[in-house]
Amino acid sequence: MPPPEAGESPATGAAGRAPRVRLSAKQRPYLLAVIVLLVLAATNAILQPTFLRFGVVTSNIAAFLPLALVAVGQTYVVLASDIDLSAGAIVSLVNVSVVTIIETMGGTGASIALGLAAGVAAGLAAGAVNGFCVAVLRFQPIVTTFATGIVFSGIALWILPQAGRQVPPEFYTAYAGSVLGVPAVIWILAGAALFAAVVARLRYYHALRATGGSIHAAYQTGLPVGRVRFTAYVICGLFSALAGLALVGETASGDPLIGQALTLSSVTAVVLGGTALSGCVGGVAGSILGAFILGLIGNVIFFAQLPFEWQGLVQGLIILAALAGGVLMARGKGE
Amino acid sequence: MQARIAQLLKQPLTVAVIAIAVLLIGGELISPGFASPRQMVTLLTVASLLGVVAAGQNLVILGGREGIDLSVGGIVSFGAFLAGNIMQQSDANIAPALAAVLAATFAIGLASGLGVTWLRIPPLVMTLGMLGVVQGGLVLLTRGVPSGRAAPLLNDLITDPLLFGLPGIVFAWIAVGALLTLLLRRTTFGYNVYAIGANEAAAALAGVPVRRTRALLFGLSGLLSGFTGILLLGYTEYVFVGAGDQYMLPSIIAVVIGGTSLAGGSGGYVGTMAGALVLVLLQSILTTLNIPPFGRQIIFGVTLLGLMLLYGRQRRLRG
Repeated sequence: MPPPEAGESPATGAAGRAPRVRLSAKQRPYLLAVIVLLVLAATNAILQPTFLRFGVVTSNIAAFLPLALVAVGQTYVVLASDIDLSAGAIVSLVNVSVVTIIETMGGTGASIALGLAAGVAAGLAAGAVNGFCVAVLRFQPIVTTFATGIVFSGIALWILPQAGRQVPPEFYTAYAGSVLGVPAVIWILAGAALFAAVVARLRYYHALRATGGSIHAAYQTGLPVGRVRFTAYVICGLFSALAGLALVGETASGDPLIGQALTLSSVTAVVLGGTALSGCVGGVAGSILGAFILGLIGNVIFFAQLPFEWQGLVQGLIILAALAGGVLMARGKGE
Repeated sequence: MQARIAQLLKQPLTVAVIAIAVLLIGGELISPGFASPRQMVTLLTVASLLGVVAAGQNLVILGGREGIDLSVGGIVSFGAFLAGNIMQQSDANIAPALAAVLAATFAIGLASGLGVTWLRIPPLVMTLGMLGVVQGGLVLLTRGVPSGRAAPLLNDLITDPLLFGLPGIVFAWIAVGALLTLLLRRTTFGYNVYAIGANEAAAALAGVPVRRTRALLFGLSGLLSGFTGILLLGYTEYVFVGAGDQYMLPSIIAVVIGGTSLAGGSGGYVGTMAGALVLVLLQSILTTLNIPPFGRQIIFGVTLLGLMLLYGRQRRLRG
């Protein structure tokens, strides 16, 4: 089960710089995601002539952004060979917390700042709870994050039992607006990519992949595997929180169930992007592509004007084929 | 003596049985009548549905290699839909419906199993993809509206007292439990399941047909989910498109609470039955408590975490 490159990553770099190991076989799944994305984009452009217009591109990115953010966070957890089934619940929790804080404090600038800070803090705290249970208490990740997810969405329902409330226009106009001529959503996506690029250069990232490759080997090499897994869950909490904030900007209101569908979709996006659920292999860029692939599949099906009742099946089949294709490609010619 | 008691308390089944007793007594104290026979029958009925889904989940998990089946919920809905549409409220159609549903759902599960074994797609991914296909297919077939109704005889069999005041669905569950335990403990197939779950390489060297065994496990999981669909249809008469979704993750939890390791190769179905009872009891106690839904949800999640603390912990890396 552990991939062959399990032991290669950690702590072998000179002078604290991590070694760059690049195997073509590892890049291939990621390449497949690029190809699939291009095919889908081309199809979409044919079906929807306005597809490449700047405004349409921006609105597509805005629509796919929440899933992309959750998928980015999920990637770190999956790289350590864990999983976070509470990510969607964290999105909901943050979403309703932010909206509630902003509204009850009167929608002033200060309340918006406090709401944003509280939302991020809530995401980090939720991630820390997951990390504590899995890494410190050694609970099984699937069951644990399912249970914490129930708790998080329970708290979200407590804060806001039904979809509603409003954020002041400043919030959503800023989210829909531009900074230096570039739409805010693109800044956010670029920020996530930058974060990933920085993390990928840290020793932490190599320790993370080593942990995912073989936790025993990583432990025996002296890596702090507990801390590594804990941090991955906290990162996932952070990105789920950002997704929750993005959804506030998108919908201008709160919904305690808004994140529900994002949990399994984020896992799908991560796998579509070429990250192995067994850990170690993959990366954030692929997951962003995976999220966009899922979004574009929805678009293509919509613009293909398939009868409503066919849409789900076709979508399911395309996703299944893409998942299977990615896994097969990742294996490459080695077998 | 003390050591033996300590040993016994570490057994998941013991913990689950104690949890059942505590929940029953606690429920009776909180709201008198909770442990009344009538209430017990309802509890057993609800637990039967979860228990039969969890049976399939249990098989797949026992087979190891990160075995898990996320498609069970979709297949339950599909089984119920298919059964209802074949039956069309006619008793004569029960047998053909049963045969068709079991065959179709076995085939769906087997397709996942082949994806896992021959294409070597990780089970979580394969069954997640299959879930999407099954749900999409259901929307296509139903157009989102419930269709098909149970035959009256099926309703009677499942909900009416059959023996000792217990409805037929409970006996169906007991039968599934007996058959499954026999399958796992008394047949070559069962030994093979534990062998591939515990150590696949060793099992392969010993001549166990690893792929065939694992593919069959997924097929059986599909079949048991389909069977649950029929039970669900009999219980509720007609079934909504997403009716099975509620079983997906709880079926995994029931297996884990029952002491089957998610790593595969150790555990059994008796524990899972107890696990299903614990889950249903817990939910039902929370329902009788006079607290809002979010409070129930939070307590449920925290209790699950507490159960994990009791014995769901993974081994230390040291030693």
